[in-house]
Amino acid sequence: MMNYFPDEVLEHVFDFVTSHRDRNAVSLVCKLWYRVERYSRQRVFIGNCYAISPERLIARFPGVKSLTLKGKPHFADFNLVPQDWGGYVQPWIEALARSRIGLEELRLKRMVVSDESLDVLSRSFTNFKSLVLVSCEGFTTDGLAAIAANCRFLRELDLQENEIEEKKNHWLGCFPDSCTSLVSLNFACLKEINLAALERLVARNPNLKSLKLNRAVPLEALQRILMRAPQLVDLGTGSFVLDRDSDDSETYRKLRTTILKCRSIRNLSGFLEVAPHCLPAIYPICVNLTYLNLSYAAGIHGSELIKLIRLCGKLQRLWILDCIGDKGLEIVASTCKDLQELRVFPSDPFGAGHDAVTETGLVAISSGCPKLNSLLYFCQQMTNAALIAVAKNCPNFIRFRLCILDPTKPDPVTMQPLDEGFGAIVQSSKRLRRLSLSGLLTDRVFLYIGMYAEQLEMLSIAFAGESDKGMLYVLNGCKKLRKLEIRDSPFGDMALLRDVGKYETMRSLWMSSCDVTLGGCKTLAKKMPRLNVEIINENDQMEFAPEDSQKVEKMYLYRTLVGPRKDAPEFVWTLV
Amino acid sequence: MPPDTLSDSPESDVTSALTFKDTELTLGIPGEPTRSPAGKFCTKRGFIETVDLNLRTSTSKPRGKAHADEVDDRSDDVVSGTCKTPASKTQVVGWPPVRSYRKKALESCKYVKVAVDGAPYLRKVDLETYNSYQELLMALEKMFTCFKIRGNYLDESKVIDPMKEMEYVPTYEDKDGDWMLVGDVPWKMFIESCKRIRLMKSSEAVGLAPRTPPRCTTTT
Repeated sequence: MMNYFPDEVLEHVFDFVTSHRDRNAVSLVCKLWYRVERYSRQRVFIGNCYAISPERLIARFPGVKSLTLKGKPHFADFNLVPQDWGGYVQPWIEALARSRIGLEELRLKRMVVSDESLDVLSRSFTNFKSLVLVSCEGFTTDGLAAIAANCRFLRELDLQENEIEEKKNHWLGCFPDSCTSLVSLNFACLKEINLAALERLVARNPNLKSLKLNRAVPLEALQRILMRAPQLVDLGTGSFVLDRDSDDSETYRKLRTTILKCRSIRNLSGFLEVAPHCLPAIYPICVNLTYLNLSYAAGIHGSELIKLIRLCGKLQRLWILDCIGDKGLEIVASTCKDLQELRVFPSDPFGAGHDAVTETGLVAISSGCPKLNSLLYFCQQMTNAALIAVAKNCPNFIRFRLCILDPTKPDPVTMQPLDEGFGAIVQSSKRLRRLSLSGLLTDRVFLYIGMYAEQLEMLSIAFAGESDKGMLYVLNGCKKLRKLEIRDSPFGDMALLRDVGKYETMRSLWMSSCDVTLGGCKTLAKKMPRLNVEIINENDQMEFAPEDSQKVEKMYLYRTLVGPRKDAPEFVWTLV
Repeated sequence: MPPDTLSDSPESDVTSALTFKDTELTLGIPGEPTRSPAGKFCTKRGFIETVDLNLRTSTSKPRGKAHADEVDDRSDDVVSGTCKTPASKTQVVGWPPVRSYRKKALESCKYVKVAVDGAPYLRKVDLETYNSYQELLMALEKMFTCFKIRGNYLDESKVIDPMKEMEYVPTYEDKDGDWMLVGDVPWKMFIESCKRIRLMKSSEAVGLAPRTPPRCTTTT
């Protein structure tokens, strides 16, 4: 029936299909739909920059306006991937610049970005509007200066947790006076900033909705900025310190008055430096908050934290440090009835953890917040009983990531592995898409995961399992698995090679400090030409006549349509 | 790396760790070519041809400051890794899984507890906000206004006069759990190693030798 409509009608219908997956599905229906879809696609998501080439992207989607690219594997976040592994955005930007693509938005995660890339980007696309860099590295504030100076219609510059070298230039001053289109600016990951330029920039950008400052912005400047931008929805404070003794009571009074006018703020973060006695200034806006991120606010603890949280009755997302303690989590549970996402980070990853949280806090949250669907929880210990209770109270988990600081710790009450607890979670949360395990775990937990986690897309395993059976349960059972990352677990060639076709249905597999051997990896690479099987040999452990029987320290494999990458460093071997 | 380093004993590794190997940033017990809980990192990039392996020569790519930061991050692990025995508190690379950005951001908040003998509650100060012992002690004096704190600090070659009516000696607990007199080590080193501060009554400060010659009034 749809074939009787002209292409424009089909296109118009497809406009309502926005998610990447849905559009991918649409493109597979028939050749006509494939053709119409590809010309009308504006947003493209590429989860692994090595799975495809920029040229093929451009050829297929000539109308692309927004591109999302991800580079390094997830475990790169935890220093498991050496420097110079790859993930360079330069070839993408160069290819896009050469083409006639009217790029407007670029979102990068875990990629290496150079000043040159940013410079080319800033000059090549007249309508460029939005740059989002998450966990990227390789550039300096010179690159930011190019973006500021050349992107005349820039709406968004969002720098999240990047490693940026800061030069003496005042990049923020490179925004011309004619720049009045900013909606979102986040430079929290920088150490310095030109305050005067910042205040002028805020003053001439009345559409600014999201502003995240860094530590170099003192409280007095925050007050002046908020005066200019009471329309902010999303605020990240920088330094929130006023010396109690000095004559700053005037500043504090002004701050309180100004904040009262900021009735639109729904998301609050920052407090990278904070004097707790200044916190009452934000009490009036707490009631409106739906997202609160205090995970970098090491200066707020105990009773001040609790006083603040008691005021945040509408919170849906809370990111906090574990110094909140179990008692603090009980307050969260009784106050934040709409809570959907909770992240509890360790304030002292290697310390004694006196303030850390335990299973008690999590159970309290689960009973007070039944809407909870996303969890990241770093804790001292966990019990099966607690996990079973959590599973019962909260059957809606989409993301469940538990990190017990001692990675092989059993249930401290029963001394049993945590298989039953995680089993309960996967059985009850039928929509679970992402799971991270920790604690003492046998093959049994993987049996449960394979049996029940039907929607699971990403699984992170560390120091778990007893034999190849564990990995096999997962590979056989989880039909929707896309990303599997495993470290320090006894899975070897037998599991790796049982179903080689599985890996073409997935984005990637990471295995480090497991039992897979060079021979096993070679066999896999030979059987599956559309996988890149990369061995990271950083230690020269493979230097001396590596035998096929030698265990591989780090293996990363991913499906690809473009063969072995040409930019791999010498310590990365792509097996063929 | 020469083959015989694989069979080095831990002791010889510690001594050689002070020289070449220190900059190599290797972790864990050497001589174990495969998996070990302490993990491994090595900046040396050897290039050896092997049969059947598809090798790529490296192309030069901009490195950026990130490399230096990464190195610093690992060097913390080295200090703890090579000096500790594998059994107890070996720090495993990449565990707990916290992004290095976050670790660095929280590390740079150096909040330590300050206790004063006789005061009913403790305070916390962020050592990062001060640039010298002078600033810290002045801030502490302001915080605990009823107590006068003693300080004798050799500032370059200058001796600062002891304050009048010294009742309290500033001491601190370092990373090893030892109680030390504030002021002996350079400021930066102090921030790195200080875990908590105690303003100790002078009368109790027996055994902690004053830094300046005993012309100043003390009970030690």
